[in-house]
Amino acid sequence: MMRRILRSPAGLAGVVLVTALIVLAVVAPPIWGDRAARIDAAEILQGHSPGHPLGTDSVGRDIFARVLVATRPSLVLAFLATLIGVVVGVPLGALPAVLGGRAGRFLASTVNTLVAVPGLLLAMFTSVVLGLGARGAVIGIGVATAPVLARLTLTLTSSVVGSDYVAAARVLRVPRGRILTRHILPNVAEPLILNITMIMGSALLGLAGLSFLGLGTQPPSYDWGRMLSEGLGRAYVNPEVALGPAAAIMLAGIAFNLLGERLARLAARETAPAGRAASAVEEPAADPAPEGTGDILELDGLSVTFPGAGSAVRDVSLRVSSGEVVGVVGESGSGKSLTAQAIGGLVPYPGTVRTTRHRLDDRDLDTLDRAERRRLLGTTLAMVFQDPMASLNPALRVGTQLAEVPRVHAGLSRTAARRRAIDLLGRVRISDPARRARQRPHEFSGGMRQRATIAMGLMDSTRLLIADEPTTALDVTVQRQILDLIGEVSADNGAGVLFISHDVAVVSQICDRVVVMYAGRVVEELPVGDLTSGPAHPYTRALLASLPDMNTDRDRPLATIPGRPPGPGELPTGCAFAPRCAYATDTCHEERPSLENLPGGRRLACWHPRSGPVGAEHVHDEEDGR
Amino acid sequence: MNIVDLTVRYGSATAVDRVSLEIPPGTTVGLVGESGSGKSTLAKAIVGLVPIASGRIDGVDPRRRQIVFQDPYGSLNPRMTVGASVAEGLGLPRADRAAEVRRLLAQVNLDPALADRYPRELSGGQRQRVAIARAIGARPELLVADEITSALDVSVQGAVLNLIRELRAERRLSVLFISHNLAVVRYVADIVAVMRAGRLVEVGPTDQVVGAPRDEYTRALLAAVPNLGGRPAVTR
Amino acid sequence: MAVLLVASFAMIHLIPGDPVRAALGPTAPAALVQQRRADLGLDDALPVQFGRYLKEVFTGRFGTSFISRQPVDQIIGTRLVNTLELAAVATALALLIAIPLGMLLAVRTENGRHRGSELTFTAVTGAVAAVPEFLLGVGLVVVFAVALHWLPPAGRAGPDSYVLPAVALAAGPAAVLARMVRVETLRELGKDYVRMARAKRLPALRLYARHLLPNTLTAALTVGGMVLASLIAGTVIVENVFAWPGLGSKITESVVSKDYPVAQAVILIYGAFVLTVNLLVDVALAALDPRSEIGRR
Repeated sequence: MMRRILRSPAGLAGVVLVTALIVLAVVAPPIWGDRAARIDAAEILQGHSPGHPLGTDSVGRDIFARVLVATRPSLVLAFLATLIGVVVGVPLGALPAVLGGRAGRFLASTVNTLVAVPGLLLAMFTSVVLGLGARGAVIGIGVATAPVLARLTLTLTSSVVGSDYVAAARVLRVPRGRILTRHILPNVAEPLILNITMIMGSALLGLAGLSFLGLGTQPPSYDWGRMLSEGLGRAYVNPEVALGPAAAIMLAGIAFNLLGERLARLAARETAPAGRAASAVEEPAADPAPEGTGDILELDGLSVTFPGAGSAVRDVSLRVSSGEVVGVVGESGSGKSLTAQAIGGLVPYPGTVRTTRHRLDDRDLDTLDRAERRRLLGTTLAMVFQDPMASLNPALRVGTQLAEVPRVHAGLSRTAARRRAIDLLGRVRISDPARRARQRPHEFSGGMRQRATIAMGLMDSTRLLIADEPTTALDVTVQRQILDLIGEVSADNGAGVLFISHDVAVVSQICDRVVVMYAGRVVEELPVGDLTSGPAHPYTRALLASLPDMNTDRDRPLATIPGRPPGPGELPTGCAFAPRCAYATDTCHEERPSLENLPGGRRLACWHPRSGPVGAEHVHDEEDGR
Repeated sequence: MNIVDLTVRYGSATAVDRVSLEIPPGTTVGLVGESGSGKSTLAKAIVGLVPIASGRIDGVDPRRRQIVFQDPYGSLNPRMTVGASVAEGLGLPRADRAAEVRRLLAQVNLDPALADRYPRELSGGQRQRVAIARAIGARPELLVADEITSALDVSVQGAVLNLIRELRAERRLSVLFISHNLAVVRYVADIVAVMRAGRLVEVGPTDQVVGAPRDEYTRALLAAVPNLGGRPAVTR
Repeated sequence: MAVLLVASFAMIHLIPGDPVRAALGPTAPAALVQQRRADLGLDDALPVQFGRYLKEVFTGRFGTSFISRQPVDQIIGTRLVNTLELAAVATALALLIAIPLGMLLAVRTENGRHRGSELTFTAVTGAVAAVPEFLLGVGLVVVFAVALHWLPPAGRAGPDSYVLPAVALAAGPAAVLARMVRVETLRELGKDYVRMARAKRLPALRLYARHLLPNTLTAALTVGGMVLASLIAGTVIVENVFAWPGLGSKITESVVSKDYPVAQAVILIYGAFVLTVNLLVDVALAALDPRSEIGRR
């Protein structure tokens, strides 16, 4: 834990500063206490001098010593205020989850209202009621802190209480007390404790503010805020007398903030699943580029690399011709979605994309300048993503979003673009398109949204539609309609479609050709009819065998593939599938098979191709996870 | 296990509407339906996670009903080891727990040494097996599996489906297997129930429902199931 | 609002001992205290007092000062306007800085690009947010008024007298808001509709202004309301630093001198401010968020 805090410079600075403050709070009063209290009538209201680096106050006391000594009261008061906040706020925030029902909801909304009341006002209120002085200020800031902590506790507990693991524990009849101590508290306490550092920082600033206004610490006691307000009047003559307390407050504020922010960030990260990290650099692909074929999409030697994580896509080549639907199949991590994004020029930073050939609609994208490239991609390429809920901008009317492309890229007038939008909605068979165009996405059902997204990319000039898992988030009955629609669009426009999915069955419904990807590479390509009659790559065959369909033999166990796909950084030297393959030989482990063109429009990268229909030859013993 | 006239409401909305369903001992009942049809609510009602408005559930002691959830990343406490999570529902004296945890992990085809790991070190498929081990550790008579393979990759899904079939055979476990994927349900279930808008529209032996559906919605569902090579759906 | 009224009324009665005695000091003759209590109606039954209090509040009179015996509404009338002016200027300043800055940084630092900009931004906003208004105020005065003589150090005169107080007041909230805007923008940038808009090759301005801004604002405003509320509370401190003739400087004066009716009125007004801001934020959210028409998720 400590090591991770220190890893960032901000965390390190925070730790050092906060430690220094605490040490100072302990040692300053015994060391400088006398000096800070010594009244010297001869040196009243002095500025900087060798004896008094920050000058003296109205009775000649040394301001530098007083600043140091004031560390203790300032910190102690802030600590007390935070303590009050914790004692009041945490139970208040935890109660709604414990109570549940109407009482819980009422309490939760009360907490949310209280949070909106600025702390300073609450503190003033208590100062009035309890009288001036440190006591009123501390209670005031404490009370003001409580709602903040209550809300934090509330958010944390309600997410933990609503989690599946707490539900599972309840079903297991784990006693209530144990659920609280084993499941809820550990998952709430750590982030809460880490966040408290920041809250202590703001309590310190709040108290200094009150003292500054004369509402906090009263003479003869003093803290930084009090000293600052005493120094303020003289700041015009001797700025250094205000500098000391000001610097102290600022330093303390920044110290707690730095440390607190780092801690809060760690708290947020703790609960997130750990990602894999590995490194490997892939050689650039260097296949000779064949002559232009007139295909809509010609892509060769595509690689996508992320620094520190290796190449997620390696040496991928693809062709899509007019009116053709090409499917790309693969498991998560196979690189299929990145391939789609690379074609659309949408790979997120810091990924780098390289191609040896990238032609869209017979124009070479790599040689175009930015503006031309933009125009070409904007007018000829349309993309559809997985989640129809997220693909439309919730704030804009559907019609407005549909009218954008014709307006921006075809230069249509507002009314013409609007008419065009309505026309497009009609073409994807949304009834009453004129009315629907005026609605916002939340008024559309999931299937209708996906239709609208498809319509959004359609122009007369659209040549290629890239659909990345467009039906995964939809119900089966709706899925069928969307598949049909994509097929129609391709037929009507003569556009090519690149259809990306993890589901071979879905792909086989609509595609002419299927490209299978594994660990960032194309391992096999075949016409859709050959899927059932006999794919050659063991991976393709295993994938098909492990997928239950409406004809699967129910009396036999499903075929499974042992192990799991390698991450981009864990690639073996040989064939990436070899460790999971039943037919792998030494050659497979040592040398990577290249992707060869075969007769019948097929491509394959395998040393030991299989033939014949997919049977039960792949049934393995259960080995996954051992 | 017998569900009789079960109704569940969220406020004024009725999520499950007078559902009656019998789950005979040792059989797997598959429950299909689109999102929002009330499948998951029914699952939660069976294990007591949502209150029942009316109707009853007979036959199996509430303590002998367990559930496995869809999301393998949210169903394990990130701050407890795999072993501790599995041990929680065992109700055994401390001394016997470790051995039983190892036995359970082995039964779901996991390396027993994983007991000391934290969930974040496990893959999705492994986590889902841990969740299954935790559930069967409570010696349930009924296991509710709520979309347990939808978040998994195809190549891992098969292994989890096989596991469910094995468990049913070895333990004479009744299983309510919920999924939106009719092909998966057809493969694991003896009886199929089709749910729509909170109601059951058709229940029957798998071959019968899949081969000769009586309800129009069931027919629509069947027609929409994607099949390799675009062939029409047929039973074996 | 009701809670606020009760609280501010209760305030005076929660003070331990006799507020009049506390205000006049322990040496004041008992007769004077008695007479003052009678004048102020403090000897009547509580419900009667509360009724009178409500009537005064709704007629905008707020009673009489303990100290000066002037009606409270006269004392605070012009001060209220001054404070409102300052708060409005500072709010506008904070919004104008925070929103473009936060969005710009989000776009610049998307997916961990330009680590340098990101670190600088986080460090600077972190530091600015950690500096309390009174410190910043003092610092600004020392630099721009005392050392450079560019701007007046205090008081409310020409337009240039607004600069320092408004900056002191707006800086902290602006830093916090800018951070929130950046985080929210980053979250929105990760959504599919932005990918979609990018796939459509929309010009950058259209993408950010039309697609991103409304969604970012909706998200940032929810928390932003709290920041603006604290900005209003900040006037209390800033007015004291700059001797701004507003409510803020009056409240400290009245609290210190135990002039309870004045303090009561000012706290009530501040509370009302905060409630109004929150209400406005809710209204703005409803207007911006299309989903709120059918209830928010």
